[in-house]
Amino acid sequence: MKIAVCVKRVPDTETRIKIGADGKSIDEDGVKFVLNPYDEYAIEEALQLKAKVGDGEVVAIALGRDTSQETIRTALAMGVDRGVLLQTESVSLDPVAVGKVLAAELAGYDLILFGKLAIDDYSQAVGTIVAELLGIASVSAIGHLEIADGKGTAEREIEGGVEVVEFSLPAVVTADKGLNEPRYPALRGIMMAKKKPLEVKPVELDGGGITVSDLTLPPERPEGRILGEGPDAVPLLIEALRTEAKVL
Amino acid sequence: MANVLAVLEQRGGVLKQVALEALTAARQLADASGGGGSVDAFVLGPSGMDVSELGKFGADQIMVGESDELSLYQPDSYAAATVKQVQSGDYGAILMAATAMGKDLGPRVAARLDCPLAADVTAFEAGDRLTVSRPVYSGKAVYRLEITASPCVISVRPNVFQPIENARDAATVKITPPDEEVRSRTIEIKEPGKARLDVTEAPIVVSGGRGLKEPENFNLVEDLADALGNAAVGASRAVVDAGWRSHSDQVGQTGKTVSPQLYVAIGISGAIQHLAGMRTSKVIVAINKDKDAPIFKIADYGIVGDLFEIVPRLTQEIKNLRRA
Ligand SMILES: Cc1cc2nc3c(=O)[nH]c(=O)nc-3n(C[C@H](O)[C@H](O)[C@H](O)COP(=O)(O)OP(=O)(O)OC[C@H]3O[C@@H](n4cnc5c(N)ncnc54)[C@H](O)[C@@H]3O)c2cc1C
Ligand SMILES: Nc1ncnc2c1ncn2[C@@H]1O[C@H](COP(=O)(O)O)[C@@H](O)[C@H]1O
Repeated sequence: MKIAVCVKRVPDTETRIKIGADGKSIDEDGVKFVLNPYDEYAIEEALQLKAKVGDGEVVAIALGRDTSQETIRTALAMGVDRGVLLQTESVSLDPVAVGKVLAAELAGYDLILFGKLAIDDYSQAVGTIVAELLGIASVSAIGHLEIADGKGTAEREIEGGVEVVEFSLPAVVTADKGLNEPRYPALRGIMMAKKKPLEVKPVELDGGGITVSDLTLPPERPEGRILGEGPDAVPLLIEALRTEAKVL
Repeated sequence: MANVLAVLEQRGGVLKQVALEALTAARQLADASGGGGSVDAFVLGPSGMDVSELGKFGADQIMVGESDELSLYQPDSYAAATVKQVQSGDYGAILMAATAMGKDLGPRVAARLDCPLAADVTAFEAGDRLTVSRPVYSGKAVYRLEITASPCVISVRPNVFQPIENARDAATVKITPPDEEVRSRTIEIKEPGKARLDVTEAPIVVSGGRGLKEPENFNLVEDLADALGNAAVGASRAVVDAGWRSHSDQVGQTGKTVSPQLYVAIGISGAIQHLAGMRTSKVIVAINKDKDAPIFKIADYGIVGDLFEIVPRLTQEIKNLRRA
């Protein structure tokens, strides 16, 4: 079974965001970057599948700057066999433009896994777009997956329920939290990762149909008020919610 | 702005509340910059749906594709039917709600039409060009993005665009979805035990965290939600990981993003990853015994103290109020 996992380098969740001098991107100075948390679920699922099937290969693919090699190495340390960096200095806020470049690299796999969402751009789109561009099945934001006899069944959470979806391979799935418990790279894995193949391919990425006007910090929430201590403050809260906030 | 196609969602043949939000957003988009654009509401679902309300909320035309095959969201058929509709009209934008369905359908339609996608949009400005706002980096920053191609696909965050009545004489047109090669098929929706509102859709969300000490104590949260009415129960990751609540209730970076009118955080410290999921709520209330808990930094109103004393009192007073 040939399995691909797309991995993205993103700022750590704890990072304080500062706007860069261009007013259109973040100031990366001092920012710690990590493997996108949802992509960890995708990698774990790929590794478990490979182990279950008993043969095959898991390839991690990232699109981005040279620094994304580090992200791929994290995937290799978890147990992925080899990596491909689609190298570009450009970024695009149009997930269709990103999907096109990834799709060009992704033909010929039985299963392609993505994270549900990249925690930087919050698009929740690239995996599904790649599947459409390749003309194959896809199920997004899955919390459960079973594959047997060239077919799959996935469960995805929707508002007030869980959808059960059957699909044929080849396919794309995008991983939600709860799909599995991602492993931590062991020391041995980290050592081995250094020797695994990582191919670097320069690619062209255009902006697609979207241009950044600006990136700003959200408006500060007006300073809140502590209304008091203990249950005696409850009437003050009710009053504030009724007359000031007008939500009751 | 040119014409807008509003793709609306139903469940069990009944239009969802977010459908009216998406329709309202579509109307605003079509009317922006001088107006003149029309809005076509587009609904796929089982036979016999009642769509008469859509004219009241700004649809100029209501396109309905009915078949029992379309009762559940079917990715391939829904995408094909939407694309066929776009190609048979002259639309500048295809708009839908950023629900589980919209987040799956939007990318499919954009890829098939080879047009840009702006997901989870919270505002737009239509001048010569369309500009949308999208929260990114877990809500810690906001992009304003100019869309330079037409058409484009836009999904709007639930609870942001409140439905506004705008009555029109809308004609209903039956459409026939194309036959589509089906690569995947939704076979059922498994319902969880409790049919409460989903946190992403509810106008009020009451969430509990580790401060509740025991899973059984979530009944305090449930009772408050019941007293408020129209409220969903949310949870922090700490209690989801501990197995007290299901992942579907989790609010935050690795859970759901919510924007209700009122968010009540009970025994939740306010870690940055939790704030990521609820900071765009209109009014935030925090109840926590630690006056330095970070949740108070973004709360509009806070009460410091023991939740086991405060929450029952709050529930009682809300009940009194509702009765009065
Ligand atoms: C990659 C990543 C993703 C994450 N994603 C999420 C996410 O999606 N959602 C999320 O919520 N978290 C997420 N987290 C976890 C997050 O960092 C916090 O650990 C979590 O939110 C803490 O949950 P809590 O507030 O319930 O618990 P705690 O931080 O333990 O807070 C409990 C609070 O209860 C108060 N308390 C205790 N007893 C009482 C009482 N009797 N009366 C009143 N108050 C009381 C305490 O003062 C305290 O403030 C993520 C973390 C990481 C690393
Ligand atoms: N530049 C990229 N390189 C590799 N994978 C990516 C990239 N951007 C997005 N992805 C994948 O697509 C998923 C969803 O991203 P998004 O649609 O941007 O929220 C991520 O979790 C990754 O698996």
